[in-house]
Amino acid sequence: MCLSVPAELISISGEDPLSRTGKVSFGGVIKEISLAYVPEARVGNYVLVHVGFAISVIDGEEARFVFDFLRQTAEANSGKELG
Amino acid sequence: MLRYIDEYRDPELALGYAREIAAVTTRHWKIMEACGGQTHSIVKYGIDRLLPTGITLVHGPGCPVCVTPISLIDSAIELAARPEVTFCTFGDMLRVPGSRKDLMTVKAEGGDVRVVYSPLDALRLAENLPHREVVFFAVGFETTAPANAMAAYQARRKKIRNFSLLVSQVLVPPALEAVLSSPLHEINGFLAPGHACTISGYEDYEALARKFRVPLVVTGFEPGDILHGLLMCILQLESGRAEVENQYTRSVQREGNREARAMLAEVFEIAPRVWRGLGKIEASGLRLSAAYSELDAEKRFGLSPESAEEKSACISGLILQGIRKPVECPEFGKGCRPERPLGATMVSSEGACSAYYRYRRLEATDELPRT
Repeated sequence: MCLSVPAELISISGEDPLSRTGKVSFGGVIKEISLAYVPEARVGNYVLVHVGFAISVIDGEEARFVFDFLRQTAEANSGKELG
Repeated sequence: MLRYIDEYRDPELALGYAREIAAVTTRHWKIMEACGGQTHSIVKYGIDRLLPTGITLVHGPGCPVCVTPISLIDSAIELAARPEVTFCTFGDMLRVPGSRKDLMTVKAEGGDVRVVYSPLDALRLAENLPHREVVFFAVGFETTAPANAMAAYQARRKKIRNFSLLVSQVLVPPALEAVLSSPLHEINGFLAPGHACTISGYEDYEALARKFRVPLVVTGFEPGDILHGLLMCILQLESGRAEVENQYTRSVQREGNREARAMLAEVFEIAPRVWRGLGKIEASGLRLSAAYSELDAEKRFGLSPESAEEKSACISGLILQGIRKPVECPEFGKGCRPERPLGATMVSSEGACSAYYRYRRLEATDELPRT
């Protein structure tokens, strides 16, 4: 039920913060969603979409955390074994 | 390639995490994933089978479809059967059994029951059907609450008088507190739900970590996320820490989504809620605040939900608390199947029993040898 899917924001319409909407692309499938909860969203951002609302803008820097953490842990552990 | 999806499903990433988890685990640990979406990923991708034997995953109460009380399902069914009502719901509520039937049956009998993608679709329907009473079944956790709140907010602002909400909003931290307060629980750590926390933030989870001395790791939903969250949780357990950490940093901030939380504060207030399988929990849900009470379908239609008993063979209450696993139920796959569920956890595709039925029913036993 809490399923939320990343999508690319391809256009924005409206000025009023609470009724601002955007078109997003889910790998080519286009849908119009509410941007009321992501005032910082800009065209080209990826947003997490849940029941017709963007609930966050995906942070591209933080998106690498999963890969960096594994590399750092693996390096630390292999260091221990060598030591 | 689907960006921000496929890269977290890379088998090499998963195997790398599995190796690190095996390398750091020295004791038995029982970890609960709070959210049904995480349960579904774990069973679908066989994440539990990549783990060393010392790590046991148990499945938590985080499926709003599963925990909506049967009395409220009966209210939904009663409303949907009324000739003047157009009843709108998310698709996953259609097959949830009430005490006598489900919404799908009401639809088959001629009730005007419609599946919507967004609560705003239900609001639009009310605008387009001014002579119908459009009721939206506002079910969900923190993730869904802001969308439901926006429908209420816009209905009031636009003076759409033929729209109302049957509210069943629940909150994750009070449910985890209930699980932790049970003398039966044996849980050492938690994966907290990344999408609910995208809205709420995780300050309430910090209070749980302090009170019960358990680590909670806010975690995403792809296999790489879940294994990463597990490693972070196990590292805490192995070193005796009990903190809230955030694995899902690409979406979650400590304070959550400020705009969404402001809308929740505008429309809803904290209220006690009855959870199917867990019973009544104080301050565990939301109801419409006084300014929005005219949108409350229970008040508008004078519903007084009677308490209804769960079918006795169902052990979903124990499953939702992580005390039993689906395959330990004698009715699993026999008297209880998704097309004829005895209880909540078999109904929703995110319920633990349904996930096991979909991916594991052909196995004689859940406990295959693990590497």
